Amino acid sequence: MTSVRVLVGTRKGAFVLTSDGKRETWDVSGPHFPGWEMYHVKGSPVDPQRLYASQSSGWFGQVVNRSDDGGSTWSPVGNKFGYEGEPGTHLYYDGTPRPFEFKRVWHFEPSLTDADTVYAGVEDASIFRSTDGGQEWQELPALRQHRTAPDWQPGAGGMCLHTILLDPSNTERIYAAISAAGAFRSDDAGASWKPVNQGLRSEGIPDPKAEVGHCVHRLALHPSRPDTLFMQKHWDVMRTDDAGESWREISGNLPTDFGFAIDVHPHEPETVYVVPITSDSLHFPVDGQLQVWRSRTGGDEWEPLTAGLPQRDCYVDVLRDAMAVDSLDSCGVYFGTTGGQVYGSADSGDTWTAIVRDLPAVLSVEVQTLA
Amino acid sequence: MSTGTSPPSTPVSTVRVVLPAHLRGLAKVAGEVRLEVGGTVTQRSVLDALEARYPVLCGTIRDHDTFRRRAFVRYFACEQDLSHDPPDDPLPAAVAAGAEPFLVVGAMAGG
Repeated sequence: MTSVRVLVGTRKGAFVLTSDGKRETWDVSGPHFPGWEMYHVKGSPVDPQRLYASQSSGWFGQVVNRSDDGGSTWSPVGNKFGYEGEPGTHLYYDGTPRPFEFKRVWHFEPSLTDADTVYAGVEDASIFRSTDGGQEWQELPALRQHRTAPDWQPGAGGMCLHTILLDPSNTERIYAAISAAGAFRSDDAGASWKPVNQGLRSEGIPDPKAEVGHCVHRLALHPSRPDTLFMQKHWDVMRTDDAGESWREISGNLPTDFGFAIDVHPHEPETVYVVPITSDSLHFPVDGQLQVWRSRTGGDEWEPLTAGLPQRDCYVDVLRDAMAVDSLDSCGVYFGTTGGQVYGSADSGDTWTAIVRDLPAVLSVEVQTLA
Repeated sequence: MSTGTSPPSTPVSTVRVVLPAHLRGLAKVAGEVRLEVGGTVTQRSVLDALEARYPVLCGTIRDHDTFRRRAFVRYFACEQDLSHDPPDDPLPAAVAAGAEPFLVVGAMAGG
């Protein structure tokens, strides 16, 4: 029987929400790793019982956990993320050079073909890979050693590599995004990287052809069209149809084009979801009305989705990794808030219900569709 | 010519270590940890023994490679803050004797 499993990372632990295909009633398990910041929990598309979890603490650093039974039990695996060779420097907030220093794993991206292979996006920005289920981690150093890296500067949340997308039609192609350096593409499985930021316009970067320096918040793609990417930038919602070679703005009629999360409908490659956030200084919905906006035209034309979402006095944020879609026929859309709610829709966003309301601040939401 | 006597054996001390709650959870221990530590009892020898017994703690108290104490971790014993002492200095005799525990403490910071 079909079911779904939603993996929620929060400031104070991880939670696993499960339901059948109707997605009307939910079981909640957790907190797993109570008291720890859980930046991301994600399952392998090859073996859905295999999950990877990033557990971290400002006091005690990084721990990585793996589950082989869908989150019922967990085991710590390797937590050593060493930069290869000289770490080099990036620019700090004040513009002075600062050595790259590992702080935490923001994002795991399990391989599309091998359950034991998983990529990790980390702060300070770099990408690592494990091929033994997380026991050992090797840096793919070419990105951190890119000639532009000494000019990278952190975004407000730190200099994190927060997005990794694997091209399902080309095992050599990887996309990564870094705040606030921008988007990068590798066509040789991470051996070399190219900044792909042409067409982005960012306040404070007057040069429209600036190679790096853009605060990309999140990328998303549909597996059937891996050359088309959607981007929620600091400001602006963008799209590319040539694998990042050129971008164009698709913000259209959004009430604000600031935000963090973005995702694509699993069956409709031109249907895109964002959660508009008021501004970079006001990290909450416009006028206290929590709204998901959906475009069925690949951008430019957007409609608000409000049924079941609070339309007054709501001042939460939705962070970059906190939205996901399932792949059931009637598509499920899920997102978590810094207020601890996880909302779900079983009808492509037309109506919403709160699956849980009082978790710690939600950092990430992933969903698995289970046969 | 053999004298028939064996070289003096390295003394082994039983050291008590108190971990903060999150690290007790990681190591799956309750209460104090008792470690057999060979040779001079120092921060380094105690933490080496701790990490050998509980590899999951590697990297959580001190850096994997440099072995520097993490910024928000402190070491106390016998009502003294030992955090800034050289890692190879002998710990107080009461710690080496097992009379007093070596405390690994998460610094009070944040909200």
